[in-house]
Amino acid sequence: MAQENGKANGKAKEVIIEVRDVVVGFGSHNVLNHLDLDVYRGEILGFVGGSGAGKSVLMRTIVGLLPKRGGTIKVLGVDMTNGPEAERRAVERRWGVLFQQGALFSSLTVKENIQFPMREYLKLPQGLMDEMAVAKLEMVGLDASVRNKFPSELSGGMTKRVSLARALALDPDIVFLDEPTSGLDPIGAGDFDTLIATLQRTLGLTVFMVTHDLDSLHTVCDRIAVLADGKVIAAGTMETMLASTHPWLRAYFHGKRSRAGHVAEANGQAGNAPIPTP
Amino acid sequence: MNGTTLLEGTTDGDRLRLAGAGAWTNANARALESEIDAAARRYSGVKAMAIDMGKVERLDTFGAWLLERLLRAFSSRGCETQVVGLKEDYRALMDDLHNVKLDTGQNGRGNKITQALASIGISVVGVGQMLTAVVNMMGALAVALLRVVARPTRLRFTAMVHQLDNVAWRAVPIVMLITFLVGAIIAQQGIFHFRKFGADIYVVDMVGILVLRELGVLIVCIMVAGRSGSAYTAELGAMKMREEIDALRTMGLDPIEVLVLPRIIALIIGVPILTFLGAMAALYGGGLVCWLYGGIDPEIYLQRLKEAISMDTFKVGMIKAPFMALVIGIVACVEGLAVKGSAESLGLQTTASVVEAIFLVIVLDGLFAIFFASIGM
Repeated sequence: MAQENGKANGKAKEVIIEVRDVVVGFGSHNVLNHLDLDVYRGEILGFVGGSGAGKSVLMRTIVGLLPKRGGTIKVLGVDMTNGPEAERRAVERRWGVLFQQGALFSSLTVKENIQFPMREYLKLPQGLMDEMAVAKLEMVGLDASVRNKFPSELSGGMTKRVSLARALALDPDIVFLDEPTSGLDPIGAGDFDTLIATLQRTLGLTVFMVTHDLDSLHTVCDRIAVLADGKVIAAGTMETMLASTHPWLRAYFHGKRSRAGHVAEANGQAGNAPIPTP
Repeated sequence: MNGTTLLEGTTDGDRLRLAGAGAWTNANARALESEIDAAARRYSGVKAMAIDMGKVERLDTFGAWLLERLLRAFSSRGCETQVVGLKEDYRALMDDLHNVKLDTGQNGRGNKITQALASIGISVVGVGQMLTAVVNMMGALAVALLRVVARPTRLRFTAMVHQLDNVAWRAVPIVMLITFLVGAIIAQQGIFHFRKFGADIYVVDMVGILVLRELGVLIVCIMVAGRSGSAYTAELGAMKMREEIDALRTMGLDPIEVLVLPRIIALIIGVPILTFLGAMAALYGGGLVCWLYGGIDPEIYLQRLKEAISMDTFKVGMIKAPFMALVIGIVACVEGLAVKGSAESLGLQTTASVVEAIFLVIVLDGLFAIFFASIGM
């Protein structure tokens, strides 16, 4: 479905984020070790890897929150390390980030949170911003009734949705999602996945999603990239992942918690028993 | 940005044909909004409207919303609307925005007078709730204290000593410095003014009585409220935010007994000590100024002091100290436990804690003044 959309956009293979040879480390330990990754326009890329493998580190490096020791990152064709300051700033306005805990400003209401980027970057009349805030809330599946609430009064799922609305405030081209479905119940997580897929279609977004949720990977991701040992060890569709013989991939995608694993067990393929991670 | 026209209209009888052009994106939203509102006003009489979006290069949510707003403006007047030439990619976005309900109903903006009255009411209720919470805390504290008295091993001795170190021992230098300065300033002002009618020597009476009865304890309490009360509120508030207090409860422990009681006992022990030290420092400062500035010899100062003050003067100050410590501690802990999820709430409660503690200390001081006057101390 989303792949059709990729074709509809015409440029299915335009690289929107290009990560080359990136090294990021803390102390003597290099978390990302000469990592390469391409993200194409209009796709939903699921980024997986073990806890502590550095998924969030890569995301934070791309958006410029962490310094890197080497390599280049190009977003929308702009070199984010050495490119001109003005161009880099312009790129920063074209992405939105959904943090794991939402990172809503606790002293501002929902409406003000969503309007915050608009207020900073666009000179818009208050009336239009109010309408836009409601429009964005409706797009993420909430309604006008929550606009005057404070973040502390929201449930976990609502917080994620409001943060997504804030990430979408400036109509970004790219959205970074850091474990968007963590802490949500399966129904809420499923709804959130659907929401992301819908928004991706309506707004033509490129989505970079760090996730652990196998269901999200199955249902919404066009491509999956796997991080292990500081490198992307595999990237491709779910079928590629399932067909891979890499031990970690087998453990991850055929493990007890994966649907594929259950199917495999149901089919009596005992020989494909999950291989434990070392 | 305003150079290019984003919207043009031609009328044909009571039919209006609009044509959009350029980029309908957030960067142009301001210009676009005024053009759209102008169009909606200018062609208010038309019966049918069609807008051609074929020349619009890009459309984002802002542009799409403004288009939706234009359509709503016309259709609300019973005008037929039609969008032609919209790129297929944007169809889903328009459909999405078409369903947006802008309910203007519960704006919650009554008139100014109602709002003012409401905010007065809210504050009054807030004060009432605060007092209830303080009384609650006193009750809980009494229960915890009784439990500890029944089984003294339950007292968190280490925690208490740790708090005592924080609130009393570490506060000694700053408290003594401030009270020293206050004593010196009072003496200087007293000498300056009393000298006009030759009553210099009575400065000693003033310094002695003022410092021992009122100022020593008040200044120490204000310092402690600002220094330790705020710290208590912030510590307990942060623990509340991170669910540490709930964790204690689920382990079957009473947070009042574990967290609040040691803190308050530490204050009740610490504040009288600080008051004593503070009063001594103030008397010393006053004496120094009397000697250097007022020419009153230290022997004369001491002798005069002995005549001016009695044991009662000293006792009045010292009796007040533990009660004030209790008030500061209770207010700080109540406010700390009232912290809700957000960082802002922590700041608010800390401010409230200090302000309320200082206010209550002064009110209590007034009550004590009446009490001591009536028993003749």
